[in-house]
Amino acid sequence: MAGPEDAQPVLIVPALFEEANRTRRLLAQTMRALAERGIGSVLPDLPGCNESRSRLENQNLASWRASMAAAAQHFGTSRVLSLRVGAILAPPDLPGWWLEPLGGAAALRHLVRTRLVAAKEAGQPEQSDALMAQGRSSGLQVAGYRLSAAMVRDLEGSDMPTPGPGVAILALADVGGSALWLRSEPGEDADMAEALAATIARGMA
Amino acid sequence: MSKDVGVSAIDTDALLRTILRDVLGLDPAQVARFDADTGLFGALPELDSMAVAGLLTEMEDRLYIIIDDDEVDGELLETYGNLLAFAKAKRA
Repeated sequence: MAGPEDAQPVLIVPALFEEANRTRRLLAQTMRALAERGIGSVLPDLPGCNESRSRLENQNLASWRASMAAAAQHFGTSRVLSLRVGAILAPPDLPGWWLEPLGGAAALRHLVRTRLVAAKEAGQPEQSDALMAQGRSSGLQVAGYRLSAAMVRDLEGSDMPTPGPGVAILALADVGGSALWLRSEPGEDADMAEALAATIARGMA
Repeated sequence: MSKDVGVSAIDTDALLRTILRDVLGLDPAQVARFDADTGLFGALPELDSMAVAGLLTEMEDRLYIIIDDDEVDGELLETYGNLLAFAKAKRA
């Protein structure tokens, strides 16, 4: 949580898994830039991620969505900023900003592909059809994360969400940034964080 | 950006360099120096398996192609020339 505590903070819904790690510093910088503009923000951990004491393999999209809705309620937030696939978890009634959103199916495909590339590199190639079948029935270990069968099925059935009337879709070009979530090492981008904060401040003015 | 004649007319080589630059966070000057023999996977420390997956996904999104997972092998990513030839063939 950052910034003044008396105003309604912006709820930040992070990206998922490895993309979340790679954008953590960007979000921290954005929260500080928002605070400098007098705007509070809150970045909750999704159940089963980071410092959450819940187990990731017990989560599905419904539990994640419920936790984000509960956070919005608890902090009295009226705006949301989501990153990447976080858009599918953003409370649908909240106006705000979705940065480079994508659906769960696309995110899952990316995760499975990562595992396929790593397996091939290790000389033990796997087939995506077989992996997905296994994932739907008994869950999947991808890029160091243990996804439940329910989570695999939920993500597979999740298209890019339709933004509500108060939601602005932000592309990288809108904030002059680069795709930090695709990098092999976590990075930061102060200019992008400033641009994001300025966009949000304009929208709240 | 919509899929139309204007997009497909954009030079595949230039698009692929932009994708590599964006995905891997490489210096534009470094990417501009890539030639057909420049090594990629195994030669660029930025290109690990996560980044390969990101690279393929961005190529699909920005070149409007579909890449089958069976098509991804060591040879495809060995050199810039191989990757460019693949991208051009896919867009043809």
